[in-house]
Amino acid sequence: MDISFAQEDLAFRDEVRTFFDEQFDDELVSRLKSEDFKEAIVDWQQRLFKKGWIAANWPVEYGGTGWTPTQKYIYESERSARGIPGVIPFGIGMVGPMIYQFGTPEQKEKFLPGILNSEVWWCQGYSEPGAGSDLASLKTKAELDGDHYVINGAKIWTSYAQYADWIFVLVRTSNEGKKQEGITFILVDMKSEGIKVNPIIGIDNEHNLNEVEFNNVRVPVENVVGEVNKGWTVAKALLAHERTGIADVAQSKRNIRLIKEAAAKEINGGRPLIEDPGFQARIADLEIEIMALEFTDLRTIAAMAAGGFPGPESSLLKIKGTELQQATQELRMELAAYYQGVLPKYMSEEDLGHSFGPEARVSYMYGRASTIYGGSNEVQRNIIAKYVLGLE
Amino acid sequence: MNFDLTEEQQMIRDSIARFVQDDYDWDTRRAIAASDSGMSDKAWSTFAELGWLSIPFSEEDGGFGGNIVDTMVIMEEIGKGLIVEPYFPTVVLLGGLLKRAGNEGQRSALIPGIIDGSVLGAFAYLERQSRFEMADCLTTATAEGDSYTINGEKTVVFNGMNANKIAVLARTSGSQSDREGLSLFVVDADAEGVSRIEVPMMDGQRCANIRFDNVKVSADMRLGTEGGAMETVESLVREAIIALCAEAVGCMGTLNAKTLEYTKTREQFGTAIGSFQSLQHRMVDTMIAYEQAKSLLFKAVCEFKEDPASADLTINALKVLIDRNGKQVYGEAIQMHGGMGITDELDIGHYAKRLMMIITSFGDATYHRAQYAAKAYAA
Ligand SMILES: Cc1cc2nc3c(=O)[nH]c(=O)nc-3n(C[C@H](O)[C@H](O)[C@H](O)COP(=O)(O)OP(=O)(O)OC[C@H]3O[C@@H](n4cnc5c(N)ncnc54)[C@H](O)[C@@H]3O)c2cc1C
Repeated sequence: MDISFAQEDLAFRDEVRTFFDEQFDDELVSRLKSEDFKEAIVDWQQRLFKKGWIAANWPVEYGGTGWTPTQKYIYESERSARGIPGVIPFGIGMVGPMIYQFGTPEQKEKFLPGILNSEVWWCQGYSEPGAGSDLASLKTKAELDGDHYVINGAKIWTSYAQYADWIFVLVRTSNEGKKQEGITFILVDMKSEGIKVNPIIGIDNEHNLNEVEFNNVRVPVENVVGEVNKGWTVAKALLAHERTGIADVAQSKRNIRLIKEAAAKEINGGRPLIEDPGFQARIADLEIEIMALEFTDLRTIAAMAAGGFPGPESSLLKIKGTELQQATQELRMELAAYYQGVLPKYMSEEDLGHSFGPEARVSYMYGRASTIYGGSNEVQRNIIAKYVLGLE
Repeated sequence: MNFDLTEEQQMIRDSIARFVQDDYDWDTRRAIAASDSGMSDKAWSTFAELGWLSIPFSEEDGGFGGNIVDTMVIMEEIGKGLIVEPYFPTVVLLGGLLKRAGNEGQRSALIPGIIDGSVLGAFAYLERQSRFEMADCLTTATAEGDSYTINGEKTVVFNGMNANKIAVLARTSGSQSDREGLSLFVVDADAEGVSRIEVPMMDGQRCANIRFDNVKVSADMRLGTEGGAMETVESLVREAIIALCAEAVGCMGTLNAKTLEYTKTREQFGTAIGSFQSLQHRMVDTMIAYEQAKSLLFKAVCEFKEDPASADLTINALKVLIDRNGKQVYGEAIQMHGGMGITDELDIGHYAKRLMMIITSFGDATYHRAQYAAKAYAA
């Protein structure tokens, strides 16, 4: 039992800090908060790429960092603590690993470079109006016509499809056998004829989500990743990637820090809110849970460092992590009082009379989704009940 | 003991419910909230024609002579229909101040306008630094002869953009948070020196930050005594909290009903998601949360009807419970709607946002719990 970092880990932490100090500059911060978001985040990802830090989870041979679990933890903590956005997951976090794991040499050569250097923006076409938690019931179908598949159907909740150059899609290629058995994982160029993207405005009043329609979209057969009708195996492997780092304790810790700073300035009845015992109790309750979760996270990391792979236990990190994220976002909203409701994102502090109300609103409202996507918390609880506790 | 509504109260309830059903469906409400003014003049005239704007005013003032139960009934229906028109700021806030502190001249000058729909009202109390402390007021009113000059700024004023008559809380003497020395004035929104910045809110309200730069107001437009406004304000806030909590209960009931309906129809894994026991138990809990909130609302209303000041402790308790249970109800509603719950298109998120604004208005749970403790456990 020992929680101190090794000397080389401390050196790594210094290197990360220096890099962030130099590269995550104020100009980038303001661009990320503006309409210029896409260009700004690509710019940031390309800075990471140049440093060789874009793909923490990839094997070194494909351009990964080769970091130990401890190094990944250090990197993520430092990143989140500064409010630096994570790498957009769909390319680096999702489709990339599927391509190097299941793809042909040609696919690797064609797609991996654009994913690593962030020149190609990807999106994830899994969910359908009728297939959410029960993903395997998906109906978007692909029929073989010579050396092409012809895709018809619709995907929904497709994050950032409006920016995407490519989409990876789960399609139904067979109706035989169990519903998991006729699914295929295929890569589709968003410029293909017959694709239509319809925006969905979110509860946060932002446009992140979309519906993507497929009308007779022709896709070459060589874009299938893995075997035809074996797409479920690929999809499941992807879910494992999706769940690492999901607790995001560092983000919650950052929110707590912001809350404490703001509560020291927020006066009620002549006294800073941070001195109000009722408010102190609210912060303390959260901090205590976050403290515990940080160690739950570290225990998982230690197990991974020792060669394990996060199994169904990672569902625990997802459940507790997202619940604590939401709770800290909520407390930040409370702190903003009336200003939590202010709609215009870019209203100046001078006009509004408040500095973080709209920002707290967007993060709290969008944050409601964290217990829904990536396998809802109900589904995660079902997984723990079944695979960890053995309850059927 | 009797928790029934009178026949008249049932009629009010039914008439608002019918209006929502026939003329105020979700698409209409969305379009109204997105329009330039964020309210419908047509709906507002209907409210006037049907007499809803007259209900809490005395018969001498041309009103219907209703009491707190009537206000509860109306506000609950407003919550169910998510009605965005400014009933609360106009009738409950501005009207409530006039009822309490207006002299005969002031009442006869303004209340008929509220009743016929021509007056749109607001009460400007919040300031940048004041949070939930009503007496924390830096806006000043300086007497000169038979008029006052108002200087200062009020923020996030409900209905601030549409209001043509604005009640302003201003300091005529004393320092920042003194209870004494506050006075109330009614100012024309187009008076010289009044400037507004629109602050649109997530629940569809058009609030405003309002600056007063040497705004002249005649002493005739001072409501109540000079320096003695706090008592009026505190009395108003009791009624305002009850009204908002009634609206919250309306929102909660509707969220529960819509979520229940959704879980009965939405299928995953070959069955309605409402058949999963984990969801069933949580829906039972949101039902209990709603009933509990409604009970405390009734208690507050009954006490207020007897003697408003006797309801103080219950009003603190009610605000705490609405905060906790309201969050539970909208949180579960969003969660159980899955991706649908995260859209702007569906009404679920809009009920949630209205609840959130109610929860923070006039003090959240942290604030009211402290007030409750100070009253209930003081040595
Ligand atoms: C912000 C956001 C971004 C997203 N981005 C993407 C994306 O880029 N690509 C993509 O393909 N998808 C995306 N999704 C979709 C997401 O994966 C689905 O929303 C999720 O799988 C849930 O599906 P659903 O919305 O259809 O809800 P449903 O599956 O209909 O669930 C409704 C409710 O029922 C519960 N429930 C369902 N089954 C059970 C059960 N067996 N036991 C107990 N409770 C149950 C759920 O937990 C939920 O509370 C995104 C969603 C959101 C909200």
